[in-house]
Amino acid sequence: MTTSILTSPKRLTRRQRFSEWVDRQASTLFITPAVVLILVFSIFPLVASLIIAFSRFRLGAGSYKVRWVGFKNFEKQFFGSEQFHFLGTFKGMSLFGWVVTIAAALLLIWWLYRYCKTRFWWLGFIGRIISALVFFGIVLLFSATLLSGTQFGTLGVTLFYVFVGCALQFGIGLGIALLCAQPIRGRTFFRVLFFIPLMITPIGIGYAFRMLADTTKGPFSPVWQWAGLGDFSWATDPWAARIFIVIGDSWQWIPFVFIILLAALENIPKDQQEAAEVDGASGWQIFREITWPQLLPVAATVMLIRMIEAFKLVDLPNIMTAGGPGIATESMSLHSYFAWRSLDLGQSAAIAYLLLFVTVVLCVSFFNYVVIGKLRQAA
Amino acid sequence: MNLFKNKLTAIASGLLAATCLSSSAVAAEFDGIEINVLTRPGPVIAQRLVERGEEFTAMTGAKIRVNEVPFAELFQKILTDWATGTNSIDVGVFASGWAVELADADLIEDLTPYVEADEKLQFDDIAPFFREFNQKIGGKTKLITIDGDFQMLYYRRDIFDEMGLKPPTNWAEYMAAAKATHGKDMNGDGEPDYGSCIFKKRNAQSYFAIMSVAAGFSQTQGTGQGFFFDTETMKPLINNEAWIEALNVYKATGEYGPAEELNQDIGDTRALVQGGRCALAIDWGDIGPLSIDPAGAAIKDKMGAVAMPGTSRVLDRESGKLVDCTPDICPHAVDGTNFSPFAAFGGWSGAINKKADDDVKKAAYAFLSYMNQPEQSNVDVTMGWTGYNPYRNSQLNSTENWVKAGFSEEFAQNYLGAIKDSLNNPNMASDLRIPGTAQYQGVVLDRELARFLADEITAAEAVANIEEGWEEITEDFGRDTQREMYKASLGITN
Repeated sequence: MTTSILTSPKRLTRRQRFSEWVDRQASTLFITPAVVLILVFSIFPLVASLIIAFSRFRLGAGSYKVRWVGFKNFEKQFFGSEQFHFLGTFKGMSLFGWVVTIAAALLLIWWLYRYCKTRFWWLGFIGRIISALVFFGIVLLFSATLLSGTQFGTLGVTLFYVFVGCALQFGIGLGIALLCAQPIRGRTFFRVLFFIPLMITPIGIGYAFRMLADTTKGPFSPVWQWAGLGDFSWATDPWAARIFIVIGDSWQWIPFVFIILLAALENIPKDQQEAAEVDGASGWQIFREITWPQLLPVAATVMLIRMIEAFKLVDLPNIMTAGGPGIATESMSLHSYFAWRSLDLGQSAAIAYLLLFVTVVLCVSFFNYVVIGKLRQAA
Repeated sequence: MNLFKNKLTAIASGLLAATCLSSSAVAAEFDGIEINVLTRPGPVIAQRLVERGEEFTAMTGAKIRVNEVPFAELFQKILTDWATGTNSIDVGVFASGWAVELADADLIEDLTPYVEADEKLQFDDIAPFFREFNQKIGGKTKLITIDGDFQMLYYRRDIFDEMGLKPPTNWAEYMAAAKATHGKDMNGDGEPDYGSCIFKKRNAQSYFAIMSVAAGFSQTQGTGQGFFFDTETMKPLINNEAWIEALNVYKATGEYGPAEELNQDIGDTRALVQGGRCALAIDWGDIGPLSIDPAGAAIKDKMGAVAMPGTSRVLDRESGKLVDCTPDICPHAVDGTNFSPFAAFGGWSGAINKKADDDVKKAAYAFLSYMNQPEQSNVDVTMGWTGYNPYRNSQLNSTENWVKAGFSEEFAQNYLGAIKDSLNNPNMASDLRIPGTAQYQGVVLDRELARFLADEITAAEAVANIEEGWEEITEDFGRDTQREMYKASLGITN
């Protein structure tokens, strides 16, 4: 059509010109609603919250006031009155803390040095510098708090939920998937059964686990009493409370890991495994050399999704302990929520952006340095 | 069964009133008007609003829609709705102390002309504290009270009589009684029970309890003295020995409480008290009516109530140290013990959105007045599940309604006597009523208290942190403005 118009010697009518213009703009017109929707519902809130992160927000008569405060909301988290809450309490570093910190620093320097020596690319180098600084910051944080006998803040609690929770969920999820991949009776029944927790709302799980873990009134209280734990309350011990929250979170998310790994396992061709069995390979050797390399891309994706979700954990600590005892179970999301609830929107947005930064750096680092490396090895 | 009877009586009387009124001139006065009320989740507070709302609809035609949000989000929702001009809420039912911030932003209707023209309200029957202090801001009535709040000390009268103990009048006696009763089976189930039950959960009500304990140590010169800030400098009166002692006392009560007390809110401790598992408890006025509730069968006619314990060592504000009570320092002391009952929370009260339509405002006021009028409220306060506690003279001076509801005459007198002792105390401590109250108390105080209870920090560190946090909030809102608001809230006019 366009060709015929272009080659036509006669002048175009107004209608034809309009039609041609519409034709040219069609792609823009069709994509505009989607772009507008994204701008309104995604980009605008993102920009607005970024502005609020650098402001003090106050509701007043018929309106609101936004006062620009620069980096104050962020400064407060790192050096001000909220330092203990976000980072933790610092009272000098223990010798062990120093040893771990120096070891971590040396390892990261060696890692950067090795990168420079082997395949240097400036963009990759900047990325590695950012990752190295964040990792060093995390090691420094745990050395100065956990390893020095003081308490870490909501950043440390969030990292605990992410690393411990995801590791537990992956280990158990993979184990159950390997079991259910075996030709056993009632496989379908177990698949449905294991999948049910994923469909329950986290708030329901929070209340259920709070009741289940109650040592004095819960359904397992006779067991607790029998074990001599009747006077012990998990909710009043920081580590027990954190562990119970990880257990509750794992109970919900293990099925997710399980179902995806099971699907991946069932897609692995059996002929390679059977050939290995004929050659006398042990079960562990078959898993390590045949199953695991083929499972790796799916496993990495699952863990990436789980890590992103775990960074946002808020329901369980809110319901089970309200962030207590003290601030021992308060995640960064909960920290941000509590600030938002008291209308301190600037601080709430600042914490949310810090969470976004940590999540992006750790997840991108995990993908770039762990997953891609392993995939290259497997290939 | 009693609860069912009470509900049935209340509904029947409401319907009767509705039938009578429906034929009068008031009938269908507010036909077609819909009033959106926002409050905390029921059944406490909200459910009675729903039930009385149905009666009100039958009488006047105005439809009452009660919306509920979690307690912790209530103030934020109302402030956001009214300040941003969304105005989807016509009436907010919340803590009276929060209204100061709303009034400061000119978001709530002045109810003075409504009250003056309302004979059915029987304004003078409302106890002076609630009438003049709780409902008014800057001398104008901005709120209608539907619940009167004080924290009191409850004890198991039967157990104390059996063991020859007297109700504690100071914290040393409290601890001794808690120790003596801890581990005793108080409800006959063969299990050892608790000497003391006080809610200590974070993000719940624990900060009200610590203020109740601290008031006695901090305030000696009467209500106008206040105990949160210095009225001249607006510096927090918190980094001192009085608050450190209060924190230590509050924490020490946990030795005789349930193992999971740190994770228990008011609902959890009330369930324990109703189950007959606590010898001592601190609570608002709810335990009295809850003891005649079917769920409280284990404690029916077994509870006693007294004003909060006092202390003979009080704060010297100049040195920040605790000193012995003398007639000069503690002019209101009884036998050398300073008492300062704390009007924790002030009570649930209704405020009307200034931006609502005039017809809606009239109907909304009529509904709040209906809730407050003695015909309704004198019944509602006798039912534990409503969450409403007495605030009218007719509720406090006569035991008739209470006995009718199921109280024994002896307990009714004891219970009302404890409330009146608190209410009439010239050294009664008022709750904080300045902009930012939710941040001062619900964020900073609550968090540092939780950290102290969890052994994360010492009492000295906790009060230093609270002082720093409160100073930041004061600076943020403006020190001069906050000082004037604080002084006005204490009735200081110069």
